[in-house]
Amino acid sequence: MLKQAIENLGNHTIQGVWRIGFASRFFLSMLLHSGTAFRRFGLTIREMYFTGVLSLIIILVSGLFVGMVLGLQGYETLQRYGSESALGTLVALSLVRELGPVLAGLLFASRAGSAITAEIGLMKATEQLSAMEMMAVDPIARVVAPRFWAGVISMPLLAALFSAMGVLGGYLVGVKLIGVDEGSFWSQMQGAVDFEQDILNGVIKSVVFGIAVTTIALFEGYDAPPTAEGVSGATTRTVVTSSLVVLALDFILTAFMFRGLN
Amino acid sequence: MQNDILVEIEDAVFGYGARPVLKGINLTAKRGQVVAIMGSSGCGKTTLLRLIGGQIKAGRGTVRVAGESLGELDRAGLYRVRRKMGMLFQFGALFTDMSVFDNVAFQLREHTDLPEDVIRDLVLMKLHAVGLRGAAHLMPAELSGGMARRVALARAIALEPSLVMYDEPFAGLDPISLGVTGNLIRRLTDTLGLTSLVVTHDVQESLKIVDYVYFVSEGVIVAEGTAAEIRASGLPYVHQFVHGESDGPVPFHYPAPPYVDDLRLGAQSA
Repeated sequence: MLKQAIENLGNHTIQGVWRIGFASRFFLSMLLHSGTAFRRFGLTIREMYFTGVLSLIIILVSGLFVGMVLGLQGYETLQRYGSESALGTLVALSLVRELGPVLAGLLFASRAGSAITAEIGLMKATEQLSAMEMMAVDPIARVVAPRFWAGVISMPLLAALFSAMGVLGGYLVGVKLIGVDEGSFWSQMQGAVDFEQDILNGVIKSVVFGIAVTTIALFEGYDAPPTAEGVSGATTRTVVTSSLVVLALDFILTAFMFRGLN
Repeated sequence: MQNDILVEIEDAVFGYGARPVLKGINLTAKRGQVVAIMGSSGCGKTTLLRLIGGQIKAGRGTVRVAGESLGELDRAGLYRVRRKMGMLFQFGALFTDMSVFDNVAFQLREHTDLPEDVIRDLVLMKLHAVGLRGAAHLMPAELSGGMARRVALARAIALEPSLVMYDEPFAGLDPISLGVTGNLIRRLTDTLGLTSLVVTHDVQESLKIVDYVYFVSEGVIVAEGTAAEIRASGLPYVHQFVHGESDGPVPFHYPAPPYVDDLRLGAQSA
């Protein structure tokens, strides 16, 4: 019994380490074979349509609702201290620093990440990737790298749009619905949001999340067993792993970026 | 003549982990020939094809295609040899996000700088050769199994390769598609001067079109010869295979404990 448990533990550990090694090699190979993705930028733009443009609806609608909830909750709290004019600051800082990149990252993982994994996994299961190899076309360069760069470029744009819609949602609820002064809503926001500390750090976060989510999605698809269960399991793993990685990375990045700030 | 030989395998050994699949294969295919590799499911036929395509490397022995030893080539060298190869996968493996036209044009666009109007003409010629010029605008999901395989065949010959490999080209086809596919393999081999390697277990259809047959069983070549020699073969395995007999050297029953023991009939009678 104990021997079996130790054997299982060892087996899982070896498999885990092997997988991390394989994923690292996959990531490096993807970077090394990125030439095609830039030389034939049309391939990357096509993938940006699938990962970015088709994720727009969920990102914009979610951003609007999150901003509206922030408007309501923020007003409720701020008015206790007579600071409801700071609502714009609260909404904007919450979005550009945290909620924009993180929630856009989570939504991106569910919408685009799962689609990427399923597509690559099915391409593998139906031997499309092998067919490409046999035609002397490297699937990493032709299929994987353009999707990677499309994800990395799309993610910060989606996060920015999420934040912009969130600010609009906060404005609609705070100013138009509740009646917070419009001038102070915008001016306080403008005064408090720092380009480098807030916006740039938010952009860096979203780029990092884009790299993480797209790499996980592509790797899971590429590594998926070529069966229906294999692809379905890989798609689930993409959403679960990349969501956890986004949240963990967010903590690490936040700890570095905003350490010592008031 | 040595120059006539396009594919040459000498004593090739390959295994997945500790499980040996190919245990010393010797095989040659000459230019202009249709060569069939036959054997029951799981005997190592597809593995052999993957070996010739350079997708896997032999643990021992050599695999030569067009005079180049695949085991000694780096990735770039392998890709160079693969440009002389075409492969027809079992279910076509068409790119599902591209139309029939774009599938056939894929290699031309990837490997040549030909202008788009020349590519258009070449693609239509290849599609015409397989009888599907009128289906150029369709998507793979709109094709039947037989049509998908013919499109894949047009794609495989797009760069005019010297060698085309077919993985179970007859599997799951209706009798008409079966005949069409068989005739296409023979006709394209003759008109384009290709070498065709056909992995199949469809004996009757393939014996109509092949020049030479290799029988693989348990990782070794157990018989070889022309179609007429194979039909007349007295070897028990080949006889069972060619005549589709349910029992013989390949047993009907998977190894199991005695039937009486499994049903516990001995215990009841005691």
